[in-house]
Amino acid sequence: MPLAQTSSIVPVVVDKALCIADKGCTVCVDVCPLDVLRIAASDDGTQTAYMKYDECWYCMPCEADCPTGAVTVNLPYLLK
Amino acid sequence: MDEILDGTTQIDCDILIIGGGTAGPMAALKAKRKNPEANVVLLDKANVKRSGAISMGMDGLNNSVIPGYATPEQYTKEITIANDGIVDQKAVYRYADECYGIIQELDQFGIRFQKDQNGEYDVKKVHHIGTYVLPMPNGDTVKKALYRQLRKARINIVNRYMATRLLTGEDRIAGAICVNTRTAEFLVVRAKAVIMALGAAGRLGLPSSGYLYGTYENASNSGEGYAMSYHAGAGLANLECFQINPLIKDYNGPACAYVAGPMGGYTANAQGERFIECDYWSGQMMQEFYDELQGGKGPVYLKLNHLAEETVAEIERVLHIVERPTRGHFHKGRGTDYRTEMIEMHISEVGFCSGHSASGVFVDEHARTTIPGLYAAGDMANVPHNYMLGAFTNGAFAGLDAVDYIKDVDFADFDMGEVDAEQTRVLAPTKRDDGIPPNQIEYKTRRFVNDYLQPPKVTAKMELAQRRFAEVRHDMENEMYVRDSHELMRSLEASTILDCADMAAAASLYRTESRWGLYHNRVEYERDDENWFCHTILTKGDDGKPAHRKQPVQPYVVEIDDDEKNAYANQRVNSTVAAE
Repeated sequence: MPLAQTSSIVPVVVDKALCIADKGCTVCVDVCPLDVLRIAASDDGTQTAYMKYDECWYCMPCEADCPTGAVTVNLPYLLK
Repeated sequence: MDEILDGTTQIDCDILIIGGGTAGPMAALKAKRKNPEANVVLLDKANVKRSGAISMGMDGLNNSVIPGYATPEQYTKEITIANDGIVDQKAVYRYADECYGIIQELDQFGIRFQKDQNGEYDVKKVHHIGTYVLPMPNGDTVKKALYRQLRKARINIVNRYMATRLLTGEDRIAGAICVNTRTAEFLVVRAKAVIMALGAAGRLGLPSSGYLYGTYENASNSGEGYAMSYHAGAGLANLECFQINPLIKDYNGPACAYVAGPMGGYTANAQGERFIECDYWSGQMMQEFYDELQGGKGPVYLKLNHLAEETVAEIERVLHIVERPTRGHFHKGRGTDYRTEMIEMHISEVGFCSGHSASGVFVDEHARTTIPGLYAAGDMANVPHNYMLGAFTNGAFAGLDAVDYIKDVDFADFDMGEVDAEQTRVLAPTKRDDGIPPNQIEYKTRRFVNDYLQPPKVTAKMELAQRRFAEVRHDMENEMYVRDSHELMRSLEASTILDCADMAAAASLYRTESRWGLYHNRVEYERDDENWFCHTILTKGDDGKPAHRKQPVQPYVVEIDDDEKNAYANQRVNSTVAAE
């Protein structure tokens, strides 16, 4: 498979300390119109939401609806 | 999540509504209230809670016709003139006549509208002739209020399914084929009526930032409504009347002169001078904007720095909470303060959207398309200058009419071979071992849209576009490759975008005149009322390529006087106004 792994800085940032994905919360994943967020499990078993696909409309439901204020929507670098 | 699974489920419903943004929820509510026995399914590619153009809310109604401030006759006249006369007035008039009822319903949902000290609606003048703009102080709550109503009415909501093709049979609508965006499983929906409310084709041109999703429209609005209608054989009207908007440069969101204008803000050139009389978005206004940039008087700005502190603070409050709240983040990041600096604007990428122009799937005043049982409303239907209230109101018309339509019909038979063929088409990129990712197919298509279709339109360039699109299509059909169901959704969108690009080129070549200011400025042709005072209707031809015909504009119900016809043609301020 000749696909490259090009790095990209993503606009949506999740504060691990505040994210309650561990408790089953998926609010940000649920509301994203572009469906770009997912939950990742780290090696120690904790779960955190993260931006899996760099396809952001910087619209902000993920930040506005997050119950703990863990999500920040930055502008994608190309247009900020 | 995101793996590619096998599976097909079939469900039946009376009315299938595709798109849960603005028009769709209202269509669902109206249909269900009119016939509580009807099985109404509301399907969305995203999640109805936060889907569509008003995902985060809206700062106001841009086209409210409120008794005491405006009349349906006046509004119909204004929209007819703003659209160079190519308007079936019946649909505009019906909207104008009934939208006040929708405002009152929205009010009951808990969405507040600005009132003055006397408790009257505080309607503002932005348009050239009439007064229609009504601010919404809690416009950030619109989607939540709608969602509450949908739950209360027990509408069946199906999230994260993307409709890919409509099913027809017996010369009417039969349902739709859908695919789950997180599992790639299929859902075949048999329906007696289908209402399409899939929004604009907002990912057609490429924003100048180069970021695929940095579009003016919600980037999930990639034009499925247009492509599905085309493949089902419906007529699409006036697609050459592109949407092009004056936006904040790079951020690519609305500058919101509609909000700032009534408070004293305006669009200015580099000298800080007003150069357009009226900030209402029309093709003629965009032509003046373009001319100012090309004429060396740019950049063009939104000017607020002459306003009092309280006024600027209020503008900030509205613009940074509602519709596109990241606007505040954007200005902060660049250190732009409305009090001291003007805000740089530019011209957006092109798209299809009747919200601000006049193109789309052809519908009549009942939101009926040219296929019996198939409806369209909101940004994708061709009722001009819809905005949010137009989507709600025409969505209501569709829901109400569909309930009558299903009384007399059963499910239409369709060819199961169509379902098999569609599954093969959809899954093709999952069957390859490597190839071109959907984002590159999409990027290339959209770059060619910018290179060759952006007005002013040139025949030779548009013909080149068609050749390039055909090459990309060949690559897409033979080499596109996806690794998971999320990428599969993007591949389907890439296909939709290419269909829309083909339609945009074909429609633009067909109308051999200039019309609607910048939207269809063809450098080789002047305006030609004798031959082109008509709608152009695009359908899928027998050869699988776009076919065209002219369709007469319906006789006006509101006459336009000769001295009123040019109200939108004279947008440039004369020197005395500029010197004020």
